[in-house]
Amino acid sequence: MGFLFSVVAVLVLVGIALVGVGGLGLKVLFGVIIPYAAVLTFFAGLVYRVVDWARSPVPFRIPTTCGQEKSLPWIKPNKIDNPCSGGMVLLRMAFEVLTFRSLFRNMKLDYRQGPTIRYSSEKFLWLFAMMFHWAFLVVIIRHARLFTEPIAQWLQTLEHLDGFLEFNLATFGIGLPTIQISGLVLLGGVSLLLVRRIVVPSVRYISLAADWFPLFLITFIALTGILARYVIRIDVVKVKELAMGLATFHPVVPDGISVWFYVHFFLVCVLFAYFPFSKLMHLGGVFLSPTRNMVNNSRAVLHVNPWNYPVKTHDYHEYEDDFREEMVEAGLPVEKTLEEAEAEKAPAAPAPAEAEVTEEKED
Amino acid sequence: MAAKTPSPEVVGKIDHHPPAQNWMDTKPEFKPGNYLYAGKASALETVGLPNPRDWNPTDDDWKLPADWKGTVREGIAQRLERFRSFKLFMDICVRCGACADKCHFFIGTGDPKNMPVLRAELIRSIYRGEFKTAGKILGRLAGGRKLTEEVIKEWFYYFFQCTECRRCSVFCPYGIDTAEITIIAREIINLIGCNIDWIASPVANCFMTGNHLGLKPHTFKENIEYLLDDIEEYVGIKIEPSFNRKGAEILFVTPSGDVFAEPGIFTLMGYLMLFEHIGLDYTWSTYASEGGNFGFFTSHEMMKRLNAKMYAESKRLGVKWILGGECGHMWRVVHQYMNTLNGPPTWLDRPVSPITGTVFENAVSTKMVHITEFTADLIKNNKLKLDPSQNDHYTVTFHDSCNTSRGMGMLEEPRYVINNVCNNFVDMAPQVIRENTFCCGSGSGLNAGEYLEMRLRGGLPRANAVKRVAEDKGVNMLSCVCAIDRAVFPALMDYWVPGTEVCGVSELVANALVMEGQGEREYNLRGEENPSYVPPEEPEGEGEAGEEGEE
Repeated sequence: MGFLFSVVAVLVLVGIALVGVGGLGLKVLFGVIIPYAAVLTFFAGLVYRVVDWARSPVPFRIPTTCGQEKSLPWIKPNKIDNPCSGGMVLLRMAFEVLTFRSLFRNMKLDYRQGPTIRYSSEKFLWLFAMMFHWAFLVVIIRHARLFTEPIAQWLQTLEHLDGFLEFNLATFGIGLPTIQISGLVLLGGVSLLLVRRIVVPSVRYISLAADWFPLFLITFIALTGILARYVIRIDVVKVKELAMGLATFHPVVPDGISVWFYVHFFLVCVLFAYFPFSKLMHLGGVFLSPTRNMVNNSRAVLHVNPWNYPVKTHDYHEYEDDFREEMVEAGLPVEKTLEEAEAEKAPAAPAPAEAEVTEEKED
Repeated sequence: MAAKTPSPEVVGKIDHHPPAQNWMDTKPEFKPGNYLYAGKASALETVGLPNPRDWNPTDDDWKLPADWKGTVREGIAQRLERFRSFKLFMDICVRCGACADKCHFFIGTGDPKNMPVLRAELIRSIYRGEFKTAGKILGRLAGGRKLTEEVIKEWFYYFFQCTECRRCSVFCPYGIDTAEITIIAREIINLIGCNIDWIASPVANCFMTGNHLGLKPHTFKENIEYLLDDIEEYVGIKIEPSFNRKGAEILFVTPSGDVFAEPGIFTLMGYLMLFEHIGLDYTWSTYASEGGNFGFFTSHEMMKRLNAKMYAESKRLGVKWILGGECGHMWRVVHQYMNTLNGPPTWLDRPVSPITGTVFENAVSTKMVHITEFTADLIKNNKLKLDPSQNDHYTVTFHDSCNTSRGMGMLEEPRYVINNVCNNFVDMAPQVIRENTFCCGSGSGLNAGEYLEMRLRGGLPRANAVKRVAEDKGVNMLSCVCAIDRAVFPALMDYWVPGTEVCGVSELVANALVMEGQGEREYNLRGEENPSYVPPEEPEGEGEAGEEGEE
């Protein structure tokens, strides 16, 4: 259900842009209004979600430790997977965010009747995820060339690196722009993730529309982007004019941009607007995960729970009251002897009266 | 009592392919051997838990309180506010499936709802369906569903089919910890009185008597005295420990499982001998006579209520610091929660080993040291007289308890100790030890008799790893630093790996200890003839005959 729904949903989105721009000519809507609204939603939503999480306290220090803790001085701690200081946490998080360390150690169950259980290394998810995320990052950064003037040197270097497999087909009379590896890797990565989700039965079983939809959406974004660049060869100068207008808050809508650009652009806008409300927020969440971003020094340093409240306990005196006789008999030390306890248990009412009497006497 | 457990051949046939039917349309089947008895009304009343009543999970009507839906919704809402972990873990899972095949209950049952991701979805779907706009409108399409009695039954079934071992968390790219979700989910169903007896009764007992068995003070003392007699018989040393003694330097707290049942009692004899050997000034407490915190399996509040006694007792007795025995959850609570819940214990000193002078810097705030750290430090400083050959008849492997490995990171200390007291130590495969370790399958209060089949299924991955080293390397002793492990491994081993014994690390230490004034160690602490024993006088002795196999 989720699968079909997501395919249809993305196709409908494509249709909306085609009809909206191609049929109805709503270029201002698709070129200016929707993009602004989407970006606004993205940032407002992102901030809202992160602040919302951050407002929930972290009552207990609960890191998942994946290596030796810092204990006795002659035992070597694992500083990355069991951080003992803030710096080490940064290192752990950096490895997690930049190299997907947890996915790298993923293992695959090999269950044979008998039964025999084996585990072998499983790197596909890690590989596909790395391809996808890094390529996506490069693609996004690359797009900054449309929004900046002059184009920064580092951006040009990045593009140069990205296009290191330069096919200068112009010599053959075919003027094709430089092939940017990142776009193809992104498409490859997202497709492999999609195929994995279809092929692996357990992953297919747990997949929701919320999992299929972003995959299809990003696939179509990558496809239309590649289409626009290599096949339709949209007018980049005009696209840049539009982008610069948006970036400088002086929107202009140049004529002569292919409708396929608007399809691409609209899907990107949908992705932006959808982002804060979806699982894509793992981008922000990964930094806030208490099992990963905490120092494992719970016994060395006090961690405070902001909502800690007093609770009813069964204190020692109640305990002794319950078992005093047995304790005395067993030779266990007691706070109050049986006699003392007996005396205290004597009717409570006369006590104040007695006190009064003593006072009177003293007078 | 419990159902007859099928043979390993039957239990071992497991299909890990999910069914065609959507998981939202499947219901749990409460069959003997795979569900837990309901918490007794009396136990719930003792500690003031909600909705005490007589009921049975196989009943159609669970006798939920009138406004149970409101209570559950409010319970979820409150916890979303109180725990960033919970809120975050409800939102950021991408269902990548990295955790799917990591859970021992999934491996042992093939039930897709035991995939950590789906276990979490059981509550996540309610979070979406009841709290999120998209889920309220789109329902199932957005992965949301409504709160029904069926959902509660499912939660009860699956959240008591999670031992909170955190193995999934190691592999999750965001560190989503199903233990955290299970803890909170149990807390929520506790609000409407859905608890299991194997947790509720120990909780009530711990609360009233200090330990989960409900051993009264004199019985607790007598039990230990009984073990002292055994030590005198087998080792020839008379030990006289103190109880509830004010002014002792150290308070020692261990899980009460070590006090009464094999093979835990041998570990406890190990503690007694070690302390005697080094002349430690310590005391036992009958009030804080349980290290294992069954509150941890109930709610954060209950954990705090039960944990309070350790600090309270240390204050009353005026000790300098606390030493803790071999236990899993106890140490997760001590390490990650105690200081926050009931601390800081300003009346205690920095923990310093009175024997070596080592300051346990990693415990300067909680003032509580793990026995294995303590022992490792003693060995490192040459304070123990050891004869590792006394353990030569054992080829030992070590089971990293989930909580001490994934909740503390105590990995090297036990290995260091074992390597110094044994000559034959073999680790299991790297995929199944240290942070990758597999749970015993009965942790977090699931080691009930009526649950045996499920426990054997859950323990299958661990047993299978032991089986490999037993067959390949001749391992015949599985050591551990957890009382639950010691309690449940014997049955698990008998079922999957017959012939493998189970012990605590302190038992191995005691075997190897050369104590001043000791008699001939002809028998080990288990009362078995010690195969390593060589009679001192006669060169031609019967000691030679003491091969394995002889009882």
